[in-house]
Amino acid sequence: MSEVAINKIEVRNVFKVFGNREKEVLALIRDGKSKDEVLARTGCVIGINDLSLSIRAGEVFVIMGLSGSGKSTLVRHLNRLIDPTSGQILVDGENILEYDMPALRHFRRHKISMVFQNFGLLPHRNVLENVAYGLKVRGETQARCDERARHWVSVVGLQGYEQAFIHQLSGGMRQRVGLARALATDTDIILMDEAFSALDPLIRAEMQDQLLALQRTLQKTIVFITHDLDEALRIGNRIAILKDGQLVQVGTAQDILLTPADDYVDRFVQRRRVSA
Amino acid sequence: MFPDNLTFSIAGWVNDGVDALVSNYGDVFRHISETLLWAIINLEHLLRITPWWLMLAIVGAITWHATRKILGTLLIVGLLFLVGAVGLWDKLMQTLALMMVATVISVLLGIPLGILAARSNRLRSVLIPLLDIMQTMPSFVYLIPVLMLFGLGKVPAIFATVIYAVPPLIRLTDLGLRQVDREVMEAINAFGANPWQQLFGVQLPLAMPSIMAGINQTTMMALSMVVIASMIGARGLGEDVLVGIQTLNVGKGLEAGLAIVILAVVIDRITQAYGRPRHGGQQ
Repeated sequence: MSEVAINKIEVRNVFKVFGNREKEVLALIRDGKSKDEVLARTGCVIGINDLSLSIRAGEVFVIMGLSGSGKSTLVRHLNRLIDPTSGQILVDGENILEYDMPALRHFRRHKISMVFQNFGLLPHRNVLENVAYGLKVRGETQARCDERARHWVSVVGLQGYEQAFIHQLSGGMRQRVGLARALATDTDIILMDEAFSALDPLIRAEMQDQLLALQRTLQKTIVFITHDLDEALRIGNRIAILKDGQLVQVGTAQDILLTPADDYVDRFVQRRRVSA
Repeated sequence: MFPDNLTFSIAGWVNDGVDALVSNYGDVFRHISETLLWAIINLEHLLRITPWWLMLAIVGAITWHATRKILGTLLIVGLLFLVGAVGLWDKLMQTLALMMVATVISVLLGIPLGILAARSNRLRSVLIPLLDIMQTMPSFVYLIPVLMLFGLGKVPAIFATVIYAVPPLIRLTDLGLRQVDREVMEAINAFGANPWQQLFGVQLPLAMPSIMAGINQTTMMALSMVVIASMIGARGLGEDVLVGIQTLNVGKGLEAGLAIVILAVVIDRITQAYGRPRHGGQQ
């Protein structure tokens, strides 16, 4: 890694409003109205509400929250699949919101990759071609695509399945393809949106182990979304907890378990304490 | 009775408009007409000088490539042989040429329009009612101005056929592209695919079954126009149906009608087989 900034990603005062009365909504938020009040008054949904956080290079940063808390929306801001209504998002000190389309494409091709909950793989391409997709898109030679794809297919343990099509694979194998596709582009940052949520518990634990093992050698910056506290505690260096698009608490697993910031976090943690 | 003072007619304006078009742009239309005619005549000539056994072999080979079924292939070749056996081979080739040109034009128009419609909701909302009109307007209504612009014969027949046959292809291309999995599109976007890479690498291949269904519908509708086309002077199987009607020769009309059905079956089997996804993503 060329440049080791302390904060790889910085999110500053980001708001995201779904709907077309953005200005009104921002004014209402400033007046301290809640998400439900805003929805009732304007019909607009607040996705992210004045959220700031920073993610360090080389850490696994977990964003946790119940469904509807805005975590998937937030992670899509980091590669601009969704654009914020206002705020700043800095990656390596550059405000990515200032990128035009070609610059954004370059950023997505070289700096950030993503793993999806339902895999998002190409059904008309085989495993090898799926893994090579990111390389192919950025115009690498066929030989290099092939060589890199074969390498990553074997790293995630799918050798022998290179020519298989996606519908022939099980869920766990599909997500290994998804992971290999993200790793093959060798980007500094990997976004993982509920990447293991669709898998059954055993396979999920296996994938978590594999991710941790890979991370020990790769030292990527990983932003991992989950609704599962156990998963968060297991793989996260730091954990952020989201509620209604707002940041409730950021800290290590210890911080979260021992000093939960409020009732919402406490309820997450309590069940774990009882069972432990 | 509807009160007279509330009635009006657009017939006069339309007539003036068409007249103006004919007198001012006649040359342009004649030029288009000649180019098209040249294409049809050459294709027809090629199809007619091809020996019948070679033609059967080619159709057989294509059918086998599409379906991979021996029995189906033999049946299709057998049916075409029957058309030749009742003495309609030449007319079959004329109809085939007309239909192929109409289909090619429909594909060249329909797929790009379908792609644009899938990208823009605004265009789609304008296009859909237009397609409804094209499909429900009696074909004779637009045959008259087309005849005035292009004269009698094959060219107006092609235009009438395209107007009638292109809507399903536009609709199904649009539908196929819109049905591509949202998360797949999001994923390729996240890896920085540009619009061309998205369209040709992912959207079109995944929409292929739907687009092929559209091409299948287009060919079927083009075939259903051959009788009407023969009324404005296009030669081929429709001509025999027409003569059969006019001379009360039911047998002759039936022979030609069955030949049209056989041609439809052949083209339907082939295009449907190509429309099936090879890797079976949805299975």
